[in-house]
Amino acid sequence: MDILAKERKVKDLEKKISELGSGEAVKRLRIEIRNFKIKEMTKLTAWDRVLLARHQLRPTALEFINYMSPDFIELHGDRLFRDDKSIVGGIGSIDGNVFTIIAHQKGKNLEDNLERNFAMPHPEGYRKALRLMKQAEKFRRPIITIIDTPGAYPGIGAEERGQGHAIAQNLFAMSELTVPVIAVVIGEGGSGGALALGVANKVMMLENAIYSILSPEGYATILWKDASLAPKAAEAMKLTSYDLEEFSIIDKIIKEPLGGAHFDKEQTFFDTKKAIMDEYYKLRRLSGTELHYQRNNKIRNFGFLQRFNYDNLGGIKR
Amino acid sequence: MNSISKTLNKRKNLKNNLKIIRNESSFIKAQKMDVPKGLYEKCPKCNRTVNMKSNIENDYICKHCGNHFRMRAIDRIKYIVDEDTFVEKGFGYITLNPLFQDGYEEKLAKYKKATNLDEAYIYGFGQIHGKPCVIGVMDSYFLMGSMGSVVGEKVTRSFEYAIYKKLPIIIFTASGGARMQEGIFSLMQMAKTSAAVAKHNKMGLLYISVLTHPTTGGVTASFATLSDIILAEPHALIGFAGPRVIQQTINQKLPDDFQTSEFLQEKGFIDKVIHRKDLKQTLSKLLAFHRRRF
Repeated sequence: MDILAKERKVKDLEKKISELGSGEAVKRLRIEIRNFKIKEMTKLTAWDRVLLARHQLRPTALEFINYMSPDFIELHGDRLFRDDKSIVGGIGSIDGNVFTIIAHQKGKNLEDNLERNFAMPHPEGYRKALRLMKQAEKFRRPIITIIDTPGAYPGIGAEERGQGHAIAQNLFAMSELTVPVIAVVIGEGGSGGALALGVANKVMMLENAIYSILSPEGYATILWKDASLAPKAAEAMKLTSYDLEEFSIIDKIIKEPLGGAHFDKEQTFFDTKKAIMDEYYKLRRLSGTELHYQRNNKIRNFGFLQRFNYDNLGGIKR
Repeated sequence: MNSISKTLNKRKNLKNNLKIIRNESSFIKAQKMDVPKGLYEKCPKCNRTVNMKSNIENDYICKHCGNHFRMRAIDRIKYIVDEDTFVEKGFGYITLNPLFQDGYEEKLAKYKKATNLDEAYIYGFGQIHGKPCVIGVMDSYFLMGSMGSVVGEKVTRSFEYAIYKKLPIIIFTASGGARMQEGIFSLMQMAKTSAAVAKHNKMGLLYISVLTHPTTGGVTASFATLSDIILAEPHALIGFAGPRVIQQTINQKLPDDFQTSEFLQEKGFIDKVIHRKDLKQTLSKLLAFHRRRF
């Protein structure tokens, strides 16, 4: 039974409650729901988390932004080609501090999703992000990026306009910034498309978000030639927040309510905002050079390798 | 005195034990011996059989249609760098298999033995027509030249070496993208190598990348396209997403020359498409133009 089936069961029970109205049976059902949630929804497999990260009702980036920064002003366009709606960016204040916020935006329904291109950006989206980051650097505004994308869009137009080039330019520019950069992965973090906004001083992740090099389906197809083995692949890929914290790829996990962020959105937004501001107040004390150094040092140490050091094998140093 | 020489000898022996893959002289031997197994091969472009021996003499270019065959990293170095000037650096890294995948280490060992390389990327100091530079070459015969922790580290090291010695750097890319066996670590190498390019760039040094067939995925989206001058070989496949993925996503036939180097030159993402025979001359000229005068 995966997480979606469990969720359906909870929904059924809740429906029963609303039908019954009140009484002894309702109380019993409420206890049953709570027990079921605690028993079944606390220990999630990697595949459960993948399903939750892609959940239809999962809060999107704009919902987070609207909660955190009610005075958010969205800025459009990359000044080169067009405005890519799968990346939203703009300026807003959180608790009196002005931020540049850049985010991948998923749609709520199919129509919305077609407009947002399922949060799969074209190069112009990344160039818009780059423009806004340069702007933030100019005015010394800290940057918050919110990551929620299955990956960069693979299409003819995207290739013609240099998808790889656009992502590379973003990585290049983000490593050079001298303002605080905080990245939060709220849903799917897929491959280069996610990393292009993810080179940050602090990377945080919602508990049930995923961050991986490609989708579990793609991984299963390439390794075992069978996309239906995706649950197994998800387990093998180590894409959950807990695994990544162990690898020290991310710095912090933001806890979600039982059963996923969509069960209690307010709480998720509150926790996310608190986590972001906590990190921001720490980063604010550092100077531009220190921020640049801290970020580059962090990036430099990514890797899981060892060198046979010929010179330190004992004996005398010449 | 005796004890000192004893420890030195001991250390030398230890060193020799750790040099699993090759000793110093075998690198030169490998250059001479590197002839593909089959003597005849089919040209993928014009479908005619080519004698590989004469093909190698012709710098791996099909004499019928001018198709550029893939080149091993060692052959590439032999072809580009002046004789006896190449000094390999940064040798001896191993990945620790972060995802604990079964068979990954065995696979690597197999490729190491077959290609005489320790990873899909080698770099070192070299001279082109007497002009010193750092040369890095990716080998597409090693697990499709995919970028894992070790390749990322070595690329970063090559930039750091170039910064340390204040030298220009030339990188020949040939890669299928990030190595998925290492999962998220491969992805992070994109950030790492890009940051290394940024550091090199800040020092005011020259970086030339030569894109060869095939350059896709995570390598295109990081250090390959961040260079000051981007050159490419003719008819090379260069792009971010692979053609098959794109075809599956959009469900329509792709244009014929889609994602080739000529296509990208037309779209303005490559400085120049260069025939392999002119490559060394061009690189030498570019290095001469950027010679530092102080």
